[in-house]
Amino acid sequence: MEYTGVPAGPAYLDAATAVPLHPVAREALLAALADGWADPVRLYSAGRRAQQLAEAARAAFAEVLGVRMDEVSFWPSGTAAAQAAVLGGLAGRARQGDTLVRSAIEHSAVLHAAARGKAVEVGVDRLGRLDLDGWEQAVTAPGVALASLISASHEAGTVQPVSAAAAYCGEAGVPLFVDAAQSVGWYDVPTGWSLLSASAHKWGGPPGVGVLVVRKGVRWISPYPQDDLYRPGMPGSADLPAVVAAAASLRAVRTEAEREAARLSSLVERIRERVPAVVPDVEVVGDPEQRLPHLVTFSCLYVDGEALLHGLDRAGFAVSSGSSCTASTLRPSHVLEAMGVLSHGNVRVSLHRDTTEADVERFLAVLPGLVEGIRREAGM
Amino acid sequence: MIELDCRGQKCPLPVIKLARNIGEVEVGDVVRVLADDPAAANDIPAWCRMKQQEYLGSPAENAFDIRRTH
Repeated sequence: MEYTGVPAGPAYLDAATAVPLHPVAREALLAALADGWADPVRLYSAGRRAQQLAEAARAAFAEVLGVRMDEVSFWPSGTAAAQAAVLGGLAGRARQGDTLVRSAIEHSAVLHAAARGKAVEVGVDRLGRLDLDGWEQAVTAPGVALASLISASHEAGTVQPVSAAAAYCGEAGVPLFVDAAQSVGWYDVPTGWSLLSASAHKWGGPPGVGVLVVRKGVRWISPYPQDDLYRPGMPGSADLPAVVAAAASLRAVRTEAEREAARLSSLVERIRERVPAVVPDVEVVGDPEQRLPHLVTFSCLYVDGEALLHGLDRAGFAVSSGSSCTASTLRPSHVLEAMGVLSHGNVRVSLHRDTTEADVERFLAVLPGLVEGIRREAGM
Repeated sequence: MIELDCRGQKCPLPVIKLARNIGEVEVGDVVRVLADDPAAANDIPAWCRMKQQEYLGSPAENAFDIRRTH
């Protein structure tokens, strides 16, 4: 029998949902499970060891994010951190107003938190870039308590003009919350924000760790009953071993970030160029330049997104989609809708440190046949 | 004008039906698509943009008008 090479294993290309655990995170997690199980507030040696680990983790986050240690708190997920930012930020400014200004492409966690009260939506253009004029108008209107802007779109990859948006907020005296889940592992968030959230499994930390930063001087009132501790945060014990692993891996990925961003960005560029060349009637979405290094999204006309996801899964590729047929709500992605781009036949490919050039080449080789097959079955 | 009743069909079926039937009208004439899938309001204008046809708007709920331009 002819030797055809090692069969390719499945390629996981959904880093924007969760990145496989970074080796540094794995090591730190195992060490912290042995040493960080005790309650850090207790006055015995095991408690003190846990306290030391907790403080070291907090210090690592503070250093990478360029903030003070006591501004950092840990939450059970990025979603919980983002929702605490929105609800706590609104509550802290209740005397100034009751309105949240948010972009149309925020994560659904923010949308759901915003649905609790009044919200004003600011749109984006076809490439997914915030309408800065609309933003300025919205944040300077009376009654605004808080503004919310995602640092970079988790669906289209478009990097948002955080600096400029923060400047308008600053002039209006409105605190800005930045959901930095997709960008924190890659680059520094521009300054000028008041609250920031992140999620460890987006950079290769363990799942179940959200980070919230509330800058000094920003009034934030917990949406939850508080415990006896002074610091704001989630009531109850954090998953300390996971927090330690999250901190260690964030430091590690930021050390590798420049090199990895260059490598993955060129693979994304290859997908952006090649997909429209090998698949007819495709729309590659998002800003081709101001974009995340590791994420690319495209939509294929006449293709059922769910069928394409299953086809890719059978061919050994894990990707995600913003098409309505793949969503539990049966609605198309609000991000794709806000951009006015095709929402069916949608595929989001997001890469990470284990993604190889061979994975991408194999994906590009498999995709055209799958799309063609689905179109043929639909009579196109 | 022809009318394509795609109510009850999920995307991309209404867009596929539109693409297969746009040739039934003369250049300059209008196709009306009736579709209640929530993606239709987004994907029919997107199709028009990608295929250089003219999207005329939504004259009523779940109705979308497209003018054949070529």
